[in-house]
Amino acid sequence: MDELMLDGNAVAGMLSEVFAVEMTTATMTCGNCGTSGAVGAMHVFRGAGIVMRCPNCDNTVAKIVEDGTRIWLNFGGMQALQITR
Amino acid sequence: MSPIISRGFRGRREGAPPGRVPPGQYVTRDFPVLSAGPTPHTPVERWDFTISGEVDEPRRWTWDEFRALPSEEVTVDIHCVTKWSKLDTVWQGVRVDTLLEGVETSAGYTVAFSDGGYTTNVPLEDLTGGKAWVAFSYDGEPLQAVHGGPARMLVPHLYFWKSAKWVRGLRLTAVDEPGFWETNGYHDYGDPWREQRYWGD
Amino acid sequence: MEGTTVLGRLTWQPADATRVVVETPRAKTIAFDVPGWAGHRAGQHLDVRLTADDGYQAERSYSIASAPDGIRVELTVVRIADGEVSPYLTDDLQPGDQIELRGPVGGYFVWEPPLGGPLLLIAGGSGVAPLMAMIRLRAAAGSDVDTRLLLSSRGWDDIIYREELERLGGNGLTVVHTLTISQPPGWAGYARRVDAEMLAEVGPGPAERPLVYICGPTPFVEAAAQALVGLGHRPEAIKTERFGPTGS
Repeated sequence: MDELMLDGNAVAGMLSEVFAVEMTTATMTCGNCGTSGAVGAMHVFRGAGIVMRCPNCDNTVAKIVEDGTRIWLNFGGMQALQITR
Repeated sequence: MSPIISRGFRGRREGAPPGRVPPGQYVTRDFPVLSAGPTPHTPVERWDFTISGEVDEPRRWTWDEFRALPSEEVTVDIHCVTKWSKLDTVWQGVRVDTLLEGVETSAGYTVAFSDGGYTTNVPLEDLTGGKAWVAFSYDGEPLQAVHGGPARMLVPHLYFWKSAKWVRGLRLTAVDEPGFWETNGYHDYGDPWREQRYWGD
Repeated sequence: MEGTTVLGRLTWQPADATRVVVETPRAKTIAFDVPGWAGHRAGQHLDVRLTADDGYQAERSYSIASAPDGIRVELTVVRIADGEVSPYLTDDLQPGDQIELRGPVGGYFVWEPPLGGPLLLIAGGSGVAPLMAMIRLRAAAGSDVDTRLLLSSRGWDDIIYREELERLGGNGLTVVHTLTISQPPGWAGYARRVDAEMLAEVGPGPAERPLVYICGPTPFVEAAAQALVGLGHRPEAIKTERFGPTGS
């Protein structure tokens, strides 16, 4: 357990600027261990950018970097992202 | 739409001598802890540092071997891409030049790799000539785990994401291999004085 | 199944401070009017952005402490001594001042009456704010669902919303305090950090399948969540919101 760690709620606002749907209730499936869980339950770390990690295996499932006008998203560590419309 | 100014808000910033701080940076007296993942806690008995890749032969040092190398104390300013700068930070470390002594390579690039999987790419010439260290002490104390201990890279002339925490080695490469952040928006080189924060800067 | 669709993408919008209430020596509740606010759900939060006149910016997230109420939102801010944002909000901000905020966000950590109960709400310090929004919504809706709030505070004077929680108690709401650093004379309540034994006593037990919400500093949330899983509660029924190392 890392006391600096946050959860997916911490990036809800940033993601809401990009996606038209609430993202913390979306379900992500980890590309490393196959565990599924709510984005809101992901472990979130703040480095130079945001890193979301699988709570089961710590695999990086998402990276998010933003400047004033651009946002870079990498969901390469996810097997799938399921969003309920 | 330009942001709304909140009356009287200043934030916690320190002053700095003119020209001392790169553009867009603010001076802090704190040492903010930023991390891409959980803090590793590698015991020194299991720690090693390796130089591999495009080299005549790989090198490896255990902790004791590493600590037996000549080291030096340096005082440098550090600049984080998230806009804070910290002046006159004091470190103790082994020059990368020392680690590369006798290493034959035609590589022009390096990738620093760390416990926890972090990587960052730095041109070889930016790690040599006294410009970079593997640091094991900060402010007179052994480097704390949250700040990258037992050892981290210290490359103060570039944004501090290039100074990999929890470093375990350098892989020398013939071509530039963008690392953890450089593949996702952050600048490939990262010179704070040219404000090279993001792709295209 | 939760998951409300936010209509369109959110962005920063102005908010006008209208009222400041002192909750404890270190905490204040600030009420804002937010033009165009489309409402929020209990448990959601928003991001606050402050810009200095030279362009310097700082952002922090705060849980919405109030139940939905038109364009009004309330945030409860605990002053962190060497913080960047909280001292401004608690020391400098006056009614009439403006900040920017983005929200509401969070569909994961929300409760509303149709979700039912029983509810087990566990708060560390300022982590009580989103849970208070749930409790206030519950009261406004006239719900009597079995709700137990376990609130960890440093001392009696640090308990945020103490008097309102006393008034709202009853009608299915039980409030249990633990005071971890100092206790008033004659205190007969809990005087230690939340642990498995305390959670088992406060209940409800796993067989009652409560909805659990835990909010506060990361170490607090981790300890409480692990203790509950150790008592047999299903991890899927435990929702957490971590505030980071100090809860700031």
